[in-house]
Amino acid sequence: MTTLPTHRRPSERDLSARPEHSPDSPLSVHALTVAYRRKPVLWDIEYEAPIGRLVAIVGPNGAGKTTLIRTCLGLIRPAAGRVEFWGQPYRRVRTRVGYVPQRESVDWDFPVSALDVAAMGRYAKIGWCRPVTRSHKAAAMHALGRVGMDRFATRQISQLSGGQQQRVFLARALAQEADMYFMDEPLAGVDAATERAIIEILRELRGEGKTVIVVHHDIQTVPEYFDDALLLNMRVVAAGPVSEVFTKQNLQATYGGRLTLLADAAEALARAGRGEIP
Amino acid sequence: MSTPASITDAGIDWPTLGELAHTLTFTAGFNAAVVVASASLLGVAAGIVGAFALLRKRALMGDALAHATLPGIAAAFITAALLGGQGRRLEVLLLGAAVSGVLGVLCVQLIVRHTRLREDAAIGIVLSCFFGLGVVLLSAIQSMSVGDQGGLASFIYGQTAAMLPRDAVLTGVVALLALIAAALLIKEFTLVCFNDEFASVQGWPVARIDVLMMALVVVVTVAGLQAVGLLLIVALLIIPPAAARFWTDRVRTLVILSAILGGLSAYMGATASALLPRLPAGAVIVLTAGVVFAFSMLAAPARGLVAVGVRRVRLSARISRDHALRELVVREKTEASAITPAALASEIGLSPPAGRWLAYRLTRVGLVEREGVGLSLTDRGRTLGRRIDRNHGLWQRYLIDQADVAPSHVDLSADLVEHVLSPEMVERLEAKLTHAGGGAPA
Amino acid sequence: MSDATYAFVSLDLPAALAGVLAALTCALLGNFLVLRRQALMGDAISHAVLPGIVVGFLIAGSRATWPIFLGAAGSALVAVMLIEALRRVARVEAGAAMGVGFSILFALGVLLIEQASARGVDLDAGCVLYGQLEYVNWYPVHDWGRFWTLEHITTGYQTATTTISPDTGLPILIKEGGLPRQLWMLAAVAIAAFTFVGVFYKELRLTTFDPALATALGFRAGLMHAMLMVLVASATVAAFEAVGSILVIAMLIVPAAAARVCTDRYAVQLLASLAFALAAGVLGYIAGAFAPAWVGFEGRALNVAGTMTLVAAVLLTGAIFLAPAHGVLWRGVRRRRLALSVAVEDVLAALYRGDESGDPSRVADLPASALTLKALSVLNARGEIGRAPGGGWRLHEPGRRRAASIVRRHRLWESWLVDEMGLRPDHVHETAERLEHLTSDAGALEPDLPPRALDPHQRPIPPDDDA
Repeated sequence: MTTLPTHRRPSERDLSARPEHSPDSPLSVHALTVAYRRKPVLWDIEYEAPIGRLVAIVGPNGAGKTTLIRTCLGLIRPAAGRVEFWGQPYRRVRTRVGYVPQRESVDWDFPVSALDVAAMGRYAKIGWCRPVTRSHKAAAMHALGRVGMDRFATRQISQLSGGQQQRVFLARALAQEADMYFMDEPLAGVDAATERAIIEILRELRGEGKTVIVVHHDIQTVPEYFDDALLLNMRVVAAGPVSEVFTKQNLQATYGGRLTLLADAAEALARAGRGEIP
Repeated sequence: MSTPASITDAGIDWPTLGELAHTLTFTAGFNAAVVVASASLLGVAAGIVGAFALLRKRALMGDALAHATLPGIAAAFITAALLGGQGRRLEVLLLGAAVSGVLGVLCVQLIVRHTRLREDAAIGIVLSCFFGLGVVLLSAIQSMSVGDQGGLASFIYGQTAAMLPRDAVLTGVVALLALIAAALLIKEFTLVCFNDEFASVQGWPVARIDVLMMALVVVVTVAGLQAVGLLLIVALLIIPPAAARFWTDRVRTLVILSAILGGLSAYMGATASALLPRLPAGAVIVLTAGVVFAFSMLAAPARGLVAVGVRRVRLSARISRDHALRELVVREKTEASAITPAALASEIGLSPPAGRWLAYRLTRVGLVEREGVGLSLTDRGRTLGRRIDRNHGLWQRYLIDQADVAPSHVDLSADLVEHVLSPEMVERLEAKLTHAGGGAPA
Repeated sequence: MSDATYAFVSLDLPAALAGVLAALTCALLGNFLVLRRQALMGDAISHAVLPGIVVGFLIAGSRATWPIFLGAAGSALVAVMLIEALRRVARVEAGAAMGVGFSILFALGVLLIEQASARGVDLDAGCVLYGQLEYVNWYPVHDWGRFWTLEHITTGYQTATTTISPDTGLPILIKEGGLPRQLWMLAAVAIAAFTFVGVFYKELRLTTFDPALATALGFRAGLMHAMLMVLVASATVAAFEAVGSILVIAMLIVPAAAARVCTDRYAVQLLASLAFALAAGVLGYIAGAFAPAWVGFEGRALNVAGTMTLVAAVLLTGAIFLAPAHGVLWRGVRRRRLALSVAVEDVLAALYRGDESGDPSRVADLPASALTLKALSVLNARGEIGRAPGGGWRLHEPGRRRAASIVRRHRLWESWLVDEMGLRPDHVHETAERLEHLTSDAGALEPDLPPRALDPHQRPIPPDDDA
């Protein structure tokens, strides 16, 4: 071992686990590099998502968290590398992958109701030119019920609070009945009730054996809410079970040493979660 | 040259009621009936297509498109004339219009994608440059010795009267096709307009759906050139859906209403233009739509200005009532003497006249009674005032205790929120604060 | 004065001058609209002044300047306030608000014109659009024996007298008078616009780029905006009779857009837009008035407002393709040049690695593309490589030196990526391949790295020749 800090070295685990992309893995990212105007924002990302786990993608602003999931979903063309879902390219398995975009990405003054938005999750199943039938509406209603929004089904979406809007977005993804989910900052700026409701849903999804990958802004709650973490700062700093990857060194490497206090706290939390006395 | 004192004093041959009734009921002769019917159908189609253009925030793209049809019309005329054909055949001219309109839209998109110019500049560039080209070509046609060129200028301002029955039928058929396409694809259009990224993740070909939407705009614009004119056709695409938006919060209703308003405007405008001399159809149609818009903006119950204004006044009246009652309740505990309306007004930050008006209102509804020059609470007023005071305290506690878990809500100051708390929310507040171990204030 | 000269001075000169003045004024004001992303506000205003013009005309009963000007300014103000109110109070989407506002006002104007012209009023909708430059005439003094007086230049209206020609015995019309009033109006608005921009040069810069900051600093961004809109409206009115509103819209947007494509600097932006406008005005006039005669259409002319717009469009297209920094053409050329230099370096590196591994035909690994062939021929011509005896290619000495430095760069990058970025050794080749071409100074990496002779794949890093 040289004198370099360990986080700068590829860990032994990384080296031993060669990417043998099993067709079972819901998501495998291989050698993915993404550039905006020739400036790379993601470098050589290598990641394989486990089955039936809640995964948090964490990293500072500009780390490329949103870029990573948007690239996985085919919204950004990568400069190099490839992404596979269950061993297949994304366009073959679209309906099996759900997506909850950032709340700011749409105009909430748009003239649709909460139920209309939830029903959009069914459109791919309905197909071209066919109307939304009663059974699809029932499925959308059921999804709204799961997030506790069935009472507001007929409300126009601008009349909902931020947290309620986020829950409607979640319901839309649930209505799709996908096998894995990407969520971009679903817990940003929501009230406590919504946060609990969303976490509840995430756990239900995990219980159904589905993988959920969530861009998350608050590293303090990662050990409480998530099983796995992907620490990202233009490159993968570390990935794996939260208890293993949430080390002070990894967090410092991710956040550039700026968040020492938070990093300490998170590590202490993680250790407490493992039953160790800090 | 004599100048009339006003524009209304010239002798206009007003139609008789009978003529009016005939035109409105399509019985004034075949030509008039066909023209009015096709204009109405066009209005319906424009209303539907325009609704999606509005929702996609591309309302002004139609303007660039419409202006860009002029060089196509002129070029088609010149080509046809040079080939020895009859220049003014509607199909040929409209084909030229469609081609150059599409070219214009493509130019807007190319400019936005490949240069640093924004969409507004790109639209302005295409609009003025294509139109400039059209004007040059028209002036070239004028100096050509080709007959029957008079009708060309009518495309700019529109001239329903110049429409032949077969032109009208063509317009109607095209409008009907656009209508059917929009009806079939309402679900896809809505999805793309609301959240195009989600649509593309779901596998919908967003670019192609966009092209389809734009194609419908092209079709409606070109179909409407003769009736409304290329300068004003954009109004028929924008005004009806913008007016319909005041009435509803649902896409389906918006589209249907927009179609109805568009159809109605076109129907009334075309009728008026057919009956009265010197009323250019396009302008009358647009002004009719404008009246409909103004009415919707003021009177619509959901988003209309009157309704919104009334709601705002009511809320502020309620807020000052609550403040006054709370002030009186608090005062009763500490001081024996009654407070004058003016003093109460200054306590809660109102002007003296507003305070007098408030005192009058509260007395009339029996929450407050006069006591000499002062005011005191009735029993009913006291109960209400205590409840308001309690809500205020609860919410303040909530903000202090729970602010850290609901950081996005801290900006809701207690002074405003307490007035909108429903009983159910108050219950939840109490539960939350009791759970937190504080115990609610009595 | 010859007849041709007199025709030029009386017909072409004032018309061209009117066009150029309108173009310059609009282009100057247009900069602020384009930079504020309000390009379409100019479009909206120039449509919306129509009812004001007609009402002013009807009240005054003639094309007198002031009533029309006031009417137009009034309806421009109504339009701006209406659009703002629709957007803010009625919550109509910005684009739609503009569309609703200007089309209703324009429709009203069209209706009024039709009603007025029904009673023989001399105003038609076509003139508003394309202008009537043929009426912008100046008949200085027919008889040069008389002196120029100030009065001759400034009188707004021409006088016409009829005399009997001594030669033919037929009556001939002699017109005399000052510069046409359209020119005076355009000149006045031009002076106002240039003064405004001159006086508020830096305030405009601030309020255009950051209205919020400007307001915070105590500059009245809203007031600036209002004044700008009034000037735009004035330019529209002054120009409509001579050049028509379509040229106004074009000149408000196109020259400023062309300048925007060419430069990032405020002063250059303003000057370049003026230059484009001047060129469009002069060349456009020539194209419209004289060019038809040159190509054999004697006595014919094209609509000059239209040809000025077209010249502006051509200039903009040119700017989009040829602008030094942002031009589409140069971007393409630069991309191709970069691709070629990458291919050249790839060939050199492949040959170097081939030598290293003792397999001299390594160049065969490279894609057999036209680009690779081009790279080979470029290198061959420069003498950096040459034909190998048994077919294939080999490095000559200058080529070897350059190849060594390329491979050095590549391997340094690989080392850096593994050590500093924590990437896996078997992944870094592709990334290093992309990066090695983007840096010519691999030495900059060295201070970050411990001195070494081997890269992560345990291959030697070639030494730095210059050291």
